[in-house]
Amino acid sequence: MAAEKGEIGMNKRILVVLPHPDDECFGLSGTLAKMIREGAEVTYACLTLGEMARTMGIPPFANRVTLPQVRKLELEASCRIIGIQDLRMLGFHDKTIEFEERELLDGGIGAILEELKPDIVFTFYPGYSVHPDHDATGAAVVRVIGGLPEKDRPIVYCMAFARDHQLAIGMPDTEFDVSDYLKQKIGSIQAHRSQFQVPGLDDKKPSREVRERFGTERFWTYRFE
Amino acid sequence: MQLINALEVQRRIDQLKDQDIYLHLEMTTGAYASHNDSSKHPAATFISNASIQYSQGSISGVGPFRVGLKMERGWVYSEGLTHYEETEPERLILAGHDSAGKLVVALQLSREPF
Repeated sequence: MAAEKGEIGMNKRILVVLPHPDDECFGLSGTLAKMIREGAEVTYACLTLGEMARTMGIPPFANRVTLPQVRKLELEASCRIIGIQDLRMLGFHDKTIEFEERELLDGGIGAILEELKPDIVFTFYPGYSVHPDHDATGAAVVRVIGGLPEKDRPIVYCMAFARDHQLAIGMPDTEFDVSDYLKQKIGSIQAHRSQFQVPGLDDKKPSREVRERFGTERFWTYRFE
Repeated sequence: MQLINALEVQRRIDQLKDQDIYLHLEMTTGAYASHNDSSKHPAATFISNASIQYSQGSISGVGPFRVGLKMERGWVYSEGLTHYEETEPERLILAGHDSAGKLVVALQLSREPF
């Protein structure tokens, strides 16, 4: 595995495209915090407000009607903690990405790509990311980027976590040591308080278990051919 | 959300009958049901802002509760409701939460779209 060395985030322009508030926290927030510290500019295009989630707080403090606003605030808090400079909420409806009008979906993602011309894009690996919105988001991103001339395509790093995904797509080819950024990562997870309550994260100093579980983030580089 | 007070819910059902209202009806096992436990069958369904009118409606059971709304040409039915939102006097917000606090079922009625 090619572990990235040095300051990969330096002066980079990064676009993150994910469907739900909280999709960034477990798999990506440490990498983003690290790259931002190294000088990267990050735009996070979050497609929905996760308004159909079934967890309303543990115990519940939101309801179906208030959840979108609750999750919007949580997303903003998570981005502040990570250091993300530019958050865009695209206004699609949770659970509907795979059914959305393709021109609208691809057009929205395409317009941001055109505007920012990012060096790196983070999204979900289409087909190996469990939630239909994850797969449909990743599919839209690689569809739009695949339509660009090869020289204009950013690097696309994908997250994947479907059962047995490594049988199909192999091992992740890129990993980032984010053990120096656990404060931001844990903060990001805890910002989404309507969705998660992870034991052991409240401790002042992360335990060895937490460092082992959260200290490395792994990605697959999407191959267009 | 509060545990359902059936008398109060019945009063609100009566307030909204015989008029055009918007319905949100939903049931879900969660998108990760089968990822977390392969023996589980993931299912979810919702309809949002369906325009309906009912001539008769009631809440039934001792908890979890059932609600049935009789429309001119059919029914709205929901089982497993445990909670309602007491701070929403104009709308009826009902939900069923499982023992872990996760939403399983929702039935919502409003004169304005959700």
